[in-house]
Amino acid sequence: MKILVCISKAPDTTSKISFADNNSKFNEAGVQYIVNPYDEWYALVRALEIKETIGGNVTIITVGTAADEPIIRKALAIGADDAVRIDAEPKDALFVAKNIADYAKDKGFDLILTGKETIDYNGSQVPGMMAELLDLPYISSASKLDLSANTATLETDIPGGSEVLEVELPAVISCAKGMAEARIPNMRGIMASRTKPLTVVSSNDQNAFTSIKTYSLPLEKKGCKYISAENVQELVDLLHNEAKAI
Amino acid sequence: MATDRYQAPDYYLLDELLTDEHKLIRDTARAWVKQEVSPIVEEACQKAEFPKQWIKGLAEIGAFGPYIPQEYGGAGLDQISYGLLMQELERGDSGLRSTASVQSSLVMFPIYTYGSEEQRKKYLPKLASGEMMGCFGLTEPDHGSNPAGMITNFKDKGDHYLLNGAKMWISNAPFADIAVVWAKDDNGDIRGIIVERGMPGFTTPETHSKWSLRASATGELVFDNVKVPKENLLPNVKGLKGPLGCLNSARFGIAWGALGAAMDCYDSALRYSKERIQFGKPIAGFQLTQKKLAEMVTEITKGQLLVWRLGVLKNEHRATPAQISMAKRNSVNIALEIAREARQIHGGMGITGEYPIMRHMMNLESVVTYEGTHDIHLLITGMDVTGINAFN
Repeated sequence: MKILVCISKAPDTTSKISFADNNSKFNEAGVQYIVNPYDEWYALVRALEIKETIGGNVTIITVGTAADEPIIRKALAIGADDAVRIDAEPKDALFVAKNIADYAKDKGFDLILTGKETIDYNGSQVPGMMAELLDLPYISSASKLDLSANTATLETDIPGGSEVLEVELPAVISCAKGMAEARIPNMRGIMASRTKPLTVVSSNDQNAFTSIKTYSLPLEKKGCKYISAENVQELVDLLHNEAKAI
Repeated sequence: MATDRYQAPDYYLLDELLTDEHKLIRDTARAWVKQEVSPIVEEACQKAEFPKQWIKGLAEIGAFGPYIPQEYGGAGLDQISYGLLMQELERGDSGLRSTASVQSSLVMFPIYTYGSEEQRKKYLPKLASGEMMGCFGLTEPDHGSNPAGMITNFKDKGDHYLLNGAKMWISNAPFADIAVVWAKDDNGDIRGIIVERGMPGFTTPETHSKWSLRASATGELVFDNVKVPKENLLPNVKGLKGPLGCLNSARFGIAWGALGAAMDCYDSALRYSKERIQFGKPIAGFQLTQKKLAEMVTEITKGQLLVWRLGVLKNEHRATPAQISMAKRNSVNIALEIAREARQIHGGMGITGEYPIMRHMMNLESVVTYEGTHDIHLLITGMDVTGINAFN
C-alpha cells in the first residue's frame, strides 16, 4: 500500500494573531507553527496504522519553504517513511492542490490522505481540487477508514447520523476526528527522523488565482451579563434594546 | 487536577537558542506529560504511589540516559536535550523527574563512565529501555552532606566481596532491580559496586509518611553480609570523585528541572490571576499581584539563560562543578520562592489539588536538600571564588 499524506503547517492555537503592512499580511513574528492537527492526528496516524497492518510505505508531502522543515521532521518522527517538500510559499488552495497533484500524478499512490481542513484558513478545498486534478474519487471528512483488497470503506458524519461509503482505490480522502488517536513521537522515531529521506522538488506552477486583500480579527467576545431570575423585565429589555434579539 | 492548560513562558525568545531537534524533543516530552502525567499525578501524590506505567513512557520519550551513546541503548543526545527533558518532566512533577534523573545520571552515567565494557553491555540497554530500573546509594543515616565519612564497606573475600552497611533517602529503591552503591574497600577508598536485587542479605525497605515527592518511591538500601561478585565493581574510578561525577550530571538536570516546576507555578498563577475577579476586576490588575508575577517571570528568564549557558558549557566539557552548583541552587531557590508566591495568588485554591502549586512546593522542599543542600552549594560557590574551604 503506497500512501501519500499531505501535511500543512498551522499556527499553534495559543499564538497571538495579528497582522502587518496595513492588515494585508499575517504577522508571523513570535508565531509557533505546528503540524495541522487534522493532518497529523488523523490522516498521518491512520496511514501509519494501515502500514503497520498490511505493510507499505507512507510518504508525507507539504508545499512550503525550508522554514517549514521542523513540521516535516515531526511527521517523520511520528513514523512516516519519507518526505517531499515542494519548495514554494503556498499561495492559495488551488496552488497547493496543483503542485501536489503534479508531483503525485505518476507516483502510483493507492491512497492520498489529508486532514479535513487546516486550522488556519479552514478552507477544506485542497483535497477536492487535488482529486479533480488527478481524476480520482474523493471522500471528504471521513471519520473511519477500513481497507479490504482494493476497496476502502469509509464512514462520514452527517446531520443526525452517519453515512457508510465504499470507494475503489486509488482515492483521495480527507480525515476527520475519530479516524485515529493522536500519537506522540518517541525518541527512537526522533532519532530515525534525522536520516529519513527528505526530497525537495521545485514548484512547477507558481500561479495563484486568489489573493488576500485585508485581514481583520473577529469581534471581541462580550462578557456575560447575569440577570437575576426575578428580574424578567430587565432581561426582556436587554434582549430587545441592547442585543436586539427580540 | 483540572485540565492541563500549561503554556511555557519564553519572555526572552530563548527558543531561538535551541535547535529544531531540541524543540521537537522538548515538545514531545511536554505532550507526553500533558497526556500521561497531568491527569493522574495529583491522585498518585495523594495516595503516595508511583505510577509504574510511567516507566515505559519515560523510556519511549528518551528520558533514560538520553546522552548515553546509541550503541548502549541511549539516544546519543547533547546535554541541552537532557536538560530540556528534565525541565518538562519536573514541570509535571519533581518525583517523576527524580526517577528519570536517578536512572540517567546516577545509574547509567556511572556504569557508562566508570564501568567495564561488559558492565556497559550488560546493564545499559536494559536501563535505557526501562526493562531494568536502578537506584544510587551514597547518603547514609549519619553521612549526608559529608559522604566521605561513610561507613558502608566491603571486604575482599577472594572470589567475592562482602558488603555491609545501609543507605537512606534512595529514590527508586523500593522497585529498583540494581543499585549503584558507593562503599569503602579494605583500604578505605570509596568504590562503586553494582548490587542486584535478589542477592541474599540485600533489602530495600520503603520510606513512608513523606510530605514531599509523594509520587516517587523512596527507600533504604540495607546490606547485611551481601556477597557481591567481583565483576560488579566499577573498575575505572576510586575516591569521592566517582559519586561526585554522578552528582554533577544529576545536579545539571535538576537545575533545568526545578525551572520546569517554577514555570508551571508561574503559568498557573498568571492564568488564575487573569480569571479570578475580585473588587470588580481580575486580580492580575492589582499592583501587588503584578509585582509577584513580574518578579516570577524575571527570575524564570534569568534562570533559563543560566541553564542554557551551562548546557552549552557542558556540551563543550567546560562546565565546572561549581558552575553546576550555582545553577542547581539558583533554580531550586527561585522555584521555591515562585511556588510560595504563586500559592498566595491562588488564594485558598492554591492549597488544593485542583492546582499544581502546593504539590510543587512540597516536592521542592526535597529538591532544595537532595543532591547537595542549598547551603552546601553556597559554600561550593564561596570556596570557588575565595579559594578558601569553609566546609569544616
